[in-house]
Amino acid sequence: MSIVLVGISHHRAPVELRERAALDPKRAAELAGRLAGDDGEAVCLSTCNRTELYLADESAEKAERKAEAALLALESELGPALYRLRDEAAALHLFRVAAGLDSMVPGEGEILGQVRRAHDAGATGPILDRLFRQALHAGKKARTETAIGESPASVSSAAAALAEQVFGDLRGRSILVIGAGKVGELAVRNLVTRGATIAFVANRTLDRAAGLAQRFGAEPIPLERVDGELERADVVLSSTSAAGWMLTREQVARALPARKGRPLFLIDLAVPRDLDPTIHELDGCYLYNIDDLEAVVAETLAGRRREAERGETIVADEAEHFREWQASLEVVPAITSLRARADEIRAAEISRAKLNDSERRAAESVTAAVLNKLLHLPTIRMKEAAAAADGVIYADAVRHLFGLEDKR
Amino acid sequence: MAELLFWPALLAYSEAAVAYIGDARHPGRAGRLATWGVRIGWLVQTALLGVQAARADGFPWSSWAGSLNLFVWLVVGAYLIWGCRPRYRLLGLAVLPVAVALFVLARVGGGTGVAGHSHYSNLFLVLHVGLVLAAFAGFTLAAALSALYLWQERRLKRHERSILRVRAPALSRLDELAARTILVALPALTLGIAVGIAQLSDRGGGFDALMVVTVLAWAVYAVYLALRHLAGWRGRRAAYVVLAGFVLVAVVRLALPVTHFAT
Repeated sequence: MSIVLVGISHHRAPVELRERAALDPKRAAELAGRLAGDDGEAVCLSTCNRTELYLADESAEKAERKAEAALLALESELGPALYRLRDEAAALHLFRVAAGLDSMVPGEGEILGQVRRAHDAGATGPILDRLFRQALHAGKKARTETAIGESPASVSSAAAALAEQVFGDLRGRSILVIGAGKVGELAVRNLVTRGATIAFVANRTLDRAAGLAQRFGAEPIPLERVDGELERADVVLSSTSAAGWMLTREQVARALPARKGRPLFLIDLAVPRDLDPTIHELDGCYLYNIDDLEAVVAETLAGRRREAERGETIVADEAEHFREWQASLEVVPAITSLRARADEIRAAEISRAKLNDSERRAAESVTAAVLNKLLHLPTIRMKEAAAAADGVIYADAVRHLFGLEDKR
Repeated sequence: MAELLFWPALLAYSEAAVAYIGDARHPGRAGRLATWGVRIGWLVQTALLGVQAARADGFPWSSWAGSLNLFVWLVVGAYLIWGCRPRYRLLGLAVLPVAVALFVLARVGGGTGVAGHSHYSNLFLVLHVGLVLAAFAGFTLAAALSALYLWQERRLKRHERSILRVRAPALSRLDELAARTILVALPALTLGIAVGIAQLSDRGGGFDALMVVTVLAWAVYAVYLALRHLAGWRGRRAAYVVLAGFVLVAVVRLALPVTHFAT
């Protein structure tokens, strides 16, 4: 059985092309079932970055043609962007995908779940089942043994991660949002997913504040009330398009005594800036503007790339284990035939002997033990030889020596 | 033979100290190795202390070096409460090298042997030395937490780019844990001092400089807790107070051989 991969990804296909080949889970499962047919195996992995078809078939050429035709049926212009990989290369590719090493942002966390869902929905047999299980294992291992997925990859998630560096768990932390624009909303979502509560949304136009506040269960307030709420807020997030300071050092300093030493984390996503930078000099106040956040993200991305190098080693090891397993399959028919032949001789000889029931049971037990011990080492050696690419020679030798007939 | 337990304990602590350095550079496996090193080292040292307690004639840690051995065990034990969590591994980077150095010092001073004897009563020493050492271990850990707080705060103030790559525990958690540790350690020190004073009045001795510094350290931590609860003192200023208290604790520990253990 050969493994074949045909697909497109963000490396060679722009989003306009990828979106035409993207499949929802139901269509992906149907396509996998159709490609697998009666005796093949197929999995369709479709995410926003890639659509890949994995097939296991006796004929690699036939499987490749089927997969290509299926993708071209989705979008006829895919041809130049398609890539085709087989066996070891296909396995290594899937392992890299599962580990997030082939993603736009190295180590992104969603891909592992997408690979798992593709596996669950696929038409798998022994080969692709093993391939995907091992890919999931490799993906998890790369994440647990490296820090590839730990750091945030966007300004919004960096802001939320920095808030956690100040407060730890964000559950129950109160957020004051100034401005009701799209940029701020993205950062707000990141804070909310980590457990923070949006208490107030302040905006020059109260109607716009009400829209955002309603989505997050917050209270819309006019800008004039910001001073009063500073005493209670843990995080202030500002992203207006106003020209002057929305918060000055004096305003924040006035609120500090009532805060009784509680830290205040301020995020300024606006350009021009909303928050007076000298607020950062106040004791217990930590102000990050868009440049500060982008610098943090650049560093974490560089860190991810460094960790990705370690991830590559882990993935390569796992791919090698899979190759050894796949190679060992070459000798399995020969081993099965050898054992069947030996057992056949054993059974025939016992049936020819004149033995009562208890003697027969004893003879069966002893001869079975002898056979197992005798065949154990040749079985191990053949599997080892298969892993080292000599498997076919060994299997042929065994077939010749023992007069075995099996299908390769 | 039981003295040989010192070496595997030292080896495990040393491994942990080195692994913590590795974890700071590449978080992951090295951190897990370090945590296991601390756990194993602490268990082996517990066995060593157990053997010392079983074989000694009287309280086995009444010498300066012996008390240092017990002190290391208490510090590492206190660290283990949080140290197993990945975020607190940076704390191990501060605690374990110090623990290794003090453990070696205890060995050099003969504090890890198993045939000690003391002219003090067991009850007095268990209460006085045990409580004071437990309190000092708590203050040491609180100082490490406060030092880590100041380092992390400085990184946030400087907008250091690596802040999310090399992660420390959150500021609020460090501040809160230091306060909680002191809240537990201070009553222990209070009792330890009270027992010492009771013994002193029985024997008719006077106050020495060391005792005065100990009481001063007690006052610093008491003021810290009072300011925290009454005036909301938190953050950087509170961390400096904890470190000031620890300087006094260090003076007391270092001065012990020339006062309490001089005779």
